[in-house]
Amino acid sequence: MISRCNHLSKIYGKPNGWSLDVYERECAGYQTARRVLSTMTKEQVVDEAKKANIRGRGGAGFPMGVKWSFMRPHPTKPAYLVINADEGEPGTHKDRTIMELNPHSVVEGCIIGCYGIGAHAAYIYVRDELHLSKARLWGAIKEARAKGYLGKNAFGGNYPVEVYVHTGAGAYICGEETSLLNSLEGRRGEPRFKPPFPAQSGAFGCPTTVNNLETIAIVPTAFAMGCEKFSAQSALHDIKDGGCRLFGVNGHVNKPQIVELAVGVTLRELIYDIGGGVLGGKGILGIIPGGSSTPILKPDEKVHAPDEKSPLHKWHGQLVLDVPLGVDTMRGVGTMLGTCCATVLAEGTCPVLAMQNLMAFYHHESCGQCTPCREGSAWLDWTLQKILDGKASMQELQNLHDIANNIMGNTICAFGEGTAMPALGFLQKFRPYFEQYVRGERTRKDATLTPV
Amino acid sequence: MPFALTADRERELNDILTRYPTRMAACIPLLHLCQEQNGWVSEEVVAFVAKTLDLTTSHVKGVATFYTLFNNEPVGKHQVWVCGTLPCALRGSGAVLKQCEKRLGIHAGQTTADGKVTLRTAECLASCGTAPMMQVDRDYHENLTPERVDEILTKLQS
Repeated sequence: MISRCNHLSKIYGKPNGWSLDVYERECAGYQTARRVLSTMTKEQVVDEAKKANIRGRGGAGFPMGVKWSFMRPHPTKPAYLVINADEGEPGTHKDRTIMELNPHSVVEGCIIGCYGIGAHAAYIYVRDELHLSKARLWGAIKEARAKGYLGKNAFGGNYPVEVYVHTGAGAYICGEETSLLNSLEGRRGEPRFKPPFPAQSGAFGCPTTVNNLETIAIVPTAFAMGCEKFSAQSALHDIKDGGCRLFGVNGHVNKPQIVELAVGVTLRELIYDIGGGVLGGKGILGIIPGGSSTPILKPDEKVHAPDEKSPLHKWHGQLVLDVPLGVDTMRGVGTMLGTCCATVLAEGTCPVLAMQNLMAFYHHESCGQCTPCREGSAWLDWTLQKILDGKASMQELQNLHDIANNIMGNTICAFGEGTAMPALGFLQKFRPYFEQYVRGERTRKDATLTPV
Repeated sequence: MPFALTADRERELNDILTRYPTRMAACIPLLHLCQEQNGWVSEEVVAFVAKTLDLTTSHVKGVATFYTLFNNEPVGKHQVWVCGTLPCALRGSGAVLKQCEKRLGIHAGQTTADGKVTLRTAECLASCGTAPMMQVDRDYHENLTPERVDEILTKLQS
């Protein structure tokens, strides 16, 4: 069901929509943060946040309020809020719109978040390439500070809050939270072992919460509406997947874009009603539902959930295209919701070439710390190139499965699974294409990513 | 000759240092500042960053070589990055890159003979909804066509 919202996107496209002036006038900007800091205790903030059922918007879908509740005051160490705006997952283009067009929502969200978890400083980690985003965020911070919304006495009270922008330097892995923390500390962006989790030992060895940028940006809206009411906008409120979020659609659709919708829209609605259908009126080869690490879905796949206790039982026997997009519903159909930006591949696209493109990405971006990932991602890329060149054997095609399976579960961070899961998805769902290359029935000349 | 920051950048560094509880945290921001001035991260830059932040040169070198955006050798005056990751590739980034190569007379990874432009391919730049795209220095150019690529490069080379 499509239910449009305009909380974050209300000022998208307005003249100077990113300025404090417009944010205060159109969005009642900073009134929520002021109210929260002056009337609520931090415990109340966390309890209220849990009711919003905001599932982390960065891809893993962990409930934001629950994550906040892991923060315990430390006798000697300060706490930190770190915002992940290292948007780099192929297919994901949502956080950038918030930073460029509604940066004050991020700053206000940081103030509420800091207060809730007991932090006095928030670092927004933005990938360096996003120069406009960084400038808009710094601009918003400066405006908020000038008005006294940030600083030693935020809103005239006695709770100090500072917000800073920190930049990366071009490394996809820094979107992984512990890698991001290392990068923030001035180190190579290599992921850390967990435990300890960031809530125990995060930035600079202190208790830290890492939230995705969209997650924190929607916090002022949730608190302004009342978190329970905010959550209830979602068609999946009952399974604790609440509120609204930014949905993206890209690839072979007529109108690629970002829209703000209540949770509960289906892939079919996203592709046809929002995205304007497939280019050239073609059929769909596959859909990557939420960033390149989420396994691809085929349009003829059906939900198999005969168990009445399954959250997906309601859709048993229906096409996956007609299941509401949610963290648990997508997990139930063998993929992930991820970042909620779907990439559509039209019929005629070569799945082998598409997979090779993505494996080249993972090959390039593996941090190199764990052998299965460093070597495995390279061998996936090389073997696929060999297959496309018609020089691979059936054994080598089989090797792709083994390489991917050897990465799974054998790495420090989830980058390994993020490489192996989509690899296995392509291999299992499009096996005949791969075999045709090996048998010489297809050649690189037939391989296209732009069939329309 | 040892590397040193300009007075403006020195002031910026002092501001950066106030943001973090450790000096090491300024490593990446300072490398950016140095590269902005020097064009690339030379051995002198590494030594300067290490000395300024009380780090070992091996730490700084390790950081500088980890991140794609730090240049480990001199590059052209302008940087052109063409995104070639799947969402852009599905919308014709291959043609964009070809047009750049044809127009500049170089392949991705090379710099024009006059030292003006370095052409590179980039991994996903979060512009999938406005693909294909390329980044020229600090600016994003989106929804590209080969004609538009020509216009942008003409302006850059003039």
